[in-house]
Amino acid sequence: MERSQQYHSYKKKKRMLIAICIFVLLVSILVGLMIGSYSMSPMEVIQTLFGNGNKMQNFSIFKIRLPRICLALVVAGALGVSGGVLQGITRNPLAEPGMIGINAGSALFVVLLISSKSSEYYSAISKMTAILMPVVSMIGALFAVALIYGLAYKKGITPVRFILTGVGINAGITAIISFYQLNMSKGDYNQVLTWTNGSLWGSNWLYIAITTPLVLLIIAIILWKSRTLDVLGLGDELATGVGVSVQKEMVIFLILSAFLAGLATSVAGNIAFLGLLGPQLAKRMFGSNYRLLLPMSACLSGAILIFSDTIARNLFSPLELPVGIVVSILGVPYFIYLMMKEK
Amino acid sequence: MNKKLVLLTTVGVLFLIAGMFASMVIGAKDIPLHDVWNGIFHQAEGINGQLVREVRAPRMLSSLLVGGMLALTGAMMQGVLRNPISEPSIMGVTQGATLAVAIATVSPFIGGMYGNFLMGLLGSAISGVLILLFSMKNASMRSLSKILLAGTAMSTFFLSLASVVALLGNRSQELAFWVAGGFRQANWLQVIFLVIIGGICSILAMTLSGKINLVNLGDEVAIGLGISPEKVKLLTILCIIPICGVCVAVAGNIGFVGLFVPHIIRKIIGNDYRKLMPVSFLWGSVILLFADILARKLMAPYEMPVGLFTACIGVPVFLMLVRKEKK
Repeated sequence: MERSQQYHSYKKKKRMLIAICIFVLLVSILVGLMIGSYSMSPMEVIQTLFGNGNKMQNFSIFKIRLPRICLALVVAGALGVSGGVLQGITRNPLAEPGMIGINAGSALFVVLLISSKSSEYYSAISKMTAILMPVVSMIGALFAVALIYGLAYKKGITPVRFILTGVGINAGITAIISFYQLNMSKGDYNQVLTWTNGSLWGSNWLYIAITTPLVLLIIAIILWKSRTLDVLGLGDELATGVGVSVQKEMVIFLILSAFLAGLATSVAGNIAFLGLLGPQLAKRMFGSNYRLLLPMSACLSGAILIFSDTIARNLFSPLELPVGIVVSILGVPYFIYLMMKEK
Repeated sequence: MNKKLVLLTTVGVLFLIAGMFASMVIGAKDIPLHDVWNGIFHQAEGINGQLVREVRAPRMLSSLLVGGMLALTGAMMQGVLRNPISEPSIMGVTQGATLAVAIATVSPFIGGMYGNFLMGLLGSAISGVLILLFSMKNASMRSLSKILLAGTAMSTFFLSLASVVALLGNRSQELAFWVAGGFRQANWLQVIFLVIIGGICSILAMTLSGKINLVNLGDEVAIGLGISPEKVKLLTILCIIPICGVCVAVAGNIGFVGLFVPHIIRKIIGNDYRKLMPVSFLWGSVILLFADILARKLMAPYEMPVGLFTACIGVPVFLMLVRKEKK
C-alpha cells in the first residue's frame, strides 16, 4: 500500500517537473517574442498571434521573431537530443557534439560548399544551396564521426578515448576552418564568424521547412530505440548480457546523433555546449530514463537557446552577438562545475 | 644516451642556423644572400637593406624566440603536472592572454605594444592561476580527459569572450589573426620585450629543471627527497605566465608547439628535464622558424597563419598520445 503511494507521489512529482519545463519554455518564447528593437507587451504579442495585430506588430512577429524562435526550437531540439544520446552511449556527462568536433565537421563542409559557390552567406543564398546545405552538413558530421571512430578504434572503442580523440579532431578541423576564414574579405569574414560561432541570424521559413521534418524523423527513431539506450547506460558487460550488440548499437546511435548535430549546424552554425546543458539539466530532474529524458532535454535546450538568443539580439542592440557565444559563456561555468564535482 | 643528446643538439643548431639564413632570404620578395650580408654588417642602403634590418631580422628573431619559449613552457607544464598533453595552448593559458590582448586592441585607453604586453601578462596570469587552483584541488591532474576537457572549456570560454569584444569593436578579422597566430607585425620593440621578459623567465625556468625532475617522479617521492611539490608547481607556473603573456602579445595564439616538440625530444633523449628543457627550446625555435617561412611563402604574397602548420604536426601527435593512453 505504502509502496503504491510512494510511486504515486513520485509520478506526481514527475508530472510537476514536466509542467515546469514546458512552462519555462513557453515563458522564454513569450519573452523572445516581446523583446527586440520594437518591443511589445505580452498582451500585444498574444493578440498579434491570434491575428489582431497592426502592420508593424504583424511584421515583427511573423516575419522576424517567430521564424527565429521556431528555428531555435528545431536547432535546440536536435542538439539537445544529440548531446543526450552521446552522453548516454559514452556514459560521460561531458560528451557533446560541439566539443568532440561533430559540429566543426559539418561547419567545415558547409563553409567549403558556400565558398565554392559564391561569396554570399545568408539571404542571398539560392534555394538550391539552401536545400543542399543540410545534406552537405550531415555528410560533414558523418565524416567527423567516422574520423573520430576510426582514429579511436583499437580493439573496440572506449568512451574516454573516443571523447579525447574527438577533442583533437575538433582542434584540427577548427584550424582548417580558420584558414578558410582568413582568406576572406572583412565583410564576408564577419558573416562567417557569426555563423561558425552559431547564430540564428537570417532564419526564414524555408530553412525551417527543410530541417524540421528530418529532425523530427530522427528524434522519433531515437525515441523508438530509447530502451536500447537505457541498456547501454548500464555498461558494456551488462548490455551484452541482456543481448544488446554494444558496438553495433553504438555506431547506429553515433550516426543518428551526428545527423542531428549536422542538421542543427546547417541552419544555425556551430553552437557548442547546448548539447551539454540541456541533457544534464534534464538528467538532474528526471533521472536516466531516456524516453523521458530526451524530450525534456530538447525542451530545456529550447528554453536556453531562445533565452540566449534574446540576450544575443538585445544586449548590444543594434549589434547582434552570435548566439553560440552567449550559450558558451553560460555553459562553460556549468561545465567546469560538473568537472569539479565528478570524481 | 649522451651520443644521442650531442647528435640532437648539433643537428638542431645546424638547422637553426640554416633556418635563420633561410628566414632572412625567403619571403614575399626573395633577397639574395649577399644583400642580407651587406644589409646587416655594412648598413647597406636601398630597399633590400631596409627590408633585412627592419622586417626580416626582427621577424626571424621573434619567431625563433617564441618557438623556443613555447616549447620550453610545454615541457615544464608536462613535467610538473605529470601528464603528456598539458601545454599552454591546450590548458587555455594562451587563450586567456588572447582575450586580454583583444580587449587591449579594441579599447581606446590601453592600445599600443605596451598595452598589449601588459594585458597579455594579465590574461595569462588569470588563466594560469585558474589552472593552479584546479591542479591543487584535483590531485588527479594526470587523468587526460579531465585536464583536456577543462582546458578546452576554458579556451572556448576565453575565445568566446574575445569574439564578443572583437565583434563589438569591429575588429574580428584581426582577432582571428591573434587566434591563429603569426609574425606579421614583428618589430624590434617586440624582440626586446621577448629577450628581456622571456629571457629572464627562461633562465629562471632552467634553474628549476632539477626540481621539476623530482616532482615528475611523483609527489610522494618529491616530498621524501625534501622538496615541496606544491612550491615547485607554483614557481613553475609563475615562470610560465610571463613567458606565455609575452609570446601571445607578440605572435598571438600559436598552439601545439609545446605539445609535440617536448614529446618527440623526450622520446629520443629521455626524461631528464635538465637536458629536455634546453633541447626543446632549441627545436621549438627550429620548428617555428621553418613554419613561419612556410606561412609566408606558400601562398605569397598572402600570409597563412603559422598556427595552421603547428596544428598540422600537433594534432596527429596529440591523437597518437591519446590512443596510447590506457583507460
